[in-house]
Amino acid sequence: MSVDVIKTDVVIIGAGPVGLFAVFELGLLDVKCHVIDILDRPGGQCAELYPEKPIYDIPALPVVTGQQLTDQLMEQIEPFGAEYHFNEQVDTIERIEDGFRVGTDTGMQFECKVVVIAAGGGSFTPKRPPLPGIEAYEGTSVFYSVRKMEAFKDKDVLIVGGGDSALDWTLNLQPVAKSLTLLHRRSEFRAAPASVQKMLELVDGGDISFKLGQVTTLHGDNAQLTGVTVKGADGSTFEHPTEVMLPFFGLTMKLGPVANWGLNLDENLIPVDTEKFETSEKGIFAIGDINTYPGKLKLILSGFHEAALMAQAAHRIVYPDKKLIFQYTTSSSSLQKKLGVK
Amino acid sequence: MTKVTFIQPDGTENTVEAEPGMTLMEAAVKNSVRGIAAECGGACSCATCHVYVEDAWREATGEPEAMEEDMLDFAFDVRPSSRLSCQIKLTEELDGLTVRIPEKQF
Ligand SMILES: Cc1cc2nc3c(=O)[nH]c(=O)nc-3n(C[C@H](O)[C@H](O)[C@H](O)COP(=O)(O)OP(=O)(O)OC[C@H]3O[C@@H](n4cnc5c(N)ncnc54)[C@H](O)[C@@H]3O)c2cc1C
Ligand code: FES
Repeated sequence: MSVDVIKTDVVIIGAGPVGLFAVFELGLLDVKCHVIDILDRPGGQCAELYPEKPIYDIPALPVVTGQQLTDQLMEQIEPFGAEYHFNEQVDTIERIEDGFRVGTDTGMQFECKVVVIAAGGGSFTPKRPPLPGIEAYEGTSVFYSVRKMEAFKDKDVLIVGGGDSALDWTLNLQPVAKSLTLLHRRSEFRAAPASVQKMLELVDGGDISFKLGQVTTLHGDNAQLTGVTVKGADGSTFEHPTEVMLPFFGLTMKLGPVANWGLNLDENLIPVDTEKFETSEKGIFAIGDINTYPGKLKLILSGFHEAALMAQAAHRIVYPDKKLIFQYTTSSSSLQKKLGVK
Repeated sequence: MTKVTFIQPDGTENTVEAEPGMTLMEAAVKNSVRGIAAECGGACSCATCHVYVEDAWREATGEPEAMEEDMLDFAFDVRPSSRLSCQIKLTEELDGLTVRIPEKQF
């Protein structure tokens, strides 16, 4: 399989607040970035864990919610034209002659001179229901996301959950699957009302079935699921035969592939120096919640500072012959031009 | 001070003291009680602070509000006694509160 390789100056892993602000600091120095995140949108923890909660310790913003901070960062970095790749997990970083090759789980390839790891608390990954033996079925009968709908063609599919993901995939997979059952612990759904409405119509029309309950046991052999035991809402149990199960219980942060990149780690954090925020590998930087150094505080504020110093060092790698002149955005006409305000 | 007790799945009990006004989740985290992950820090958006309230205390702790009930959809083995501990504010009346921690949060 041949893939087009995307060439750029810097690949930033993680679109949390710190990865986003790195786009700004690098952009001021003419360094071009591609940003990759496994989530489907920017903001990292701020957008995923506390979009509506107020933050009180961002300098000069007396109060801002997680989502507002994300939106305002996106506006602030817009002039630099970074490219974003969402729903992509960075799996591999390899050193090549002139920098690094970065690969994602869907096969995207990047070549860059500098890698910036802004992976925060790790990849947001789907929660795995704590059902005994579930690992053995993952990838063959149990799936936490849908990459190719074709894989579910003519299958008996069980979707578990009552949120937007569960509802969306119920609607999308219904035409493809041989049969589809939605299983949820109650008859209310925290999903878009339009999707709930459509789902109920499919149930009424006999196109899918809806059952109340929670899975307690998986049955099958050789990584092939044959059915599940369900505890119904009234406490009684019943068997439900199925070939495939898709559980949707939200996301959790897992370190993920960061552990495989050959970097020194200290309790799942990446040690860096405090001049450049570089890791044990030259040209690979780590900023934000993922790094550690004496006195480290896991604050957005600290991550922003780290991004600014990292950018200076990254500039030296990307433009080894250019001398960097320190400038203020207030008074430098060349910086203002880059920001699109001049 | 309000005393609260967490019972681990293996039966071990941790009794901790909490200041009124704290949430049950905060009392657990502050005292390093195992099994309360509380990834979202109490924003009611992770469901990793799930507990089962002992029957004797169900009335005093009350019913979950709609937002919490929604979030419980992301917890496992949800029972009628299920609550998200970050949504239980500890008051003097809850002195002695006892809850069980699920086998696993995820
Ligand atoms: C409830 C709560 C309240 C908080 N309140 C405050 C506060 O008031 N003030 C404050 O300063 N801080 C606060 N924080 C902390 C703050 O949110 C973090 O410091 C900040 O989000 C760190 O930003 P980051 O960009 O380093 O990482 P994150 O926000 O964690 O973002 C990292 C991103 O990287 C992605 N990622 C990781 N690995 C990969 C991979 N291999 N491939 C692709 N993508 C990957 C993740 O999916 C994630 O989106 C709070 C945190 C929580 C949970
Ligand atoms: S701590 Fe996240 S929901 Fe309670």
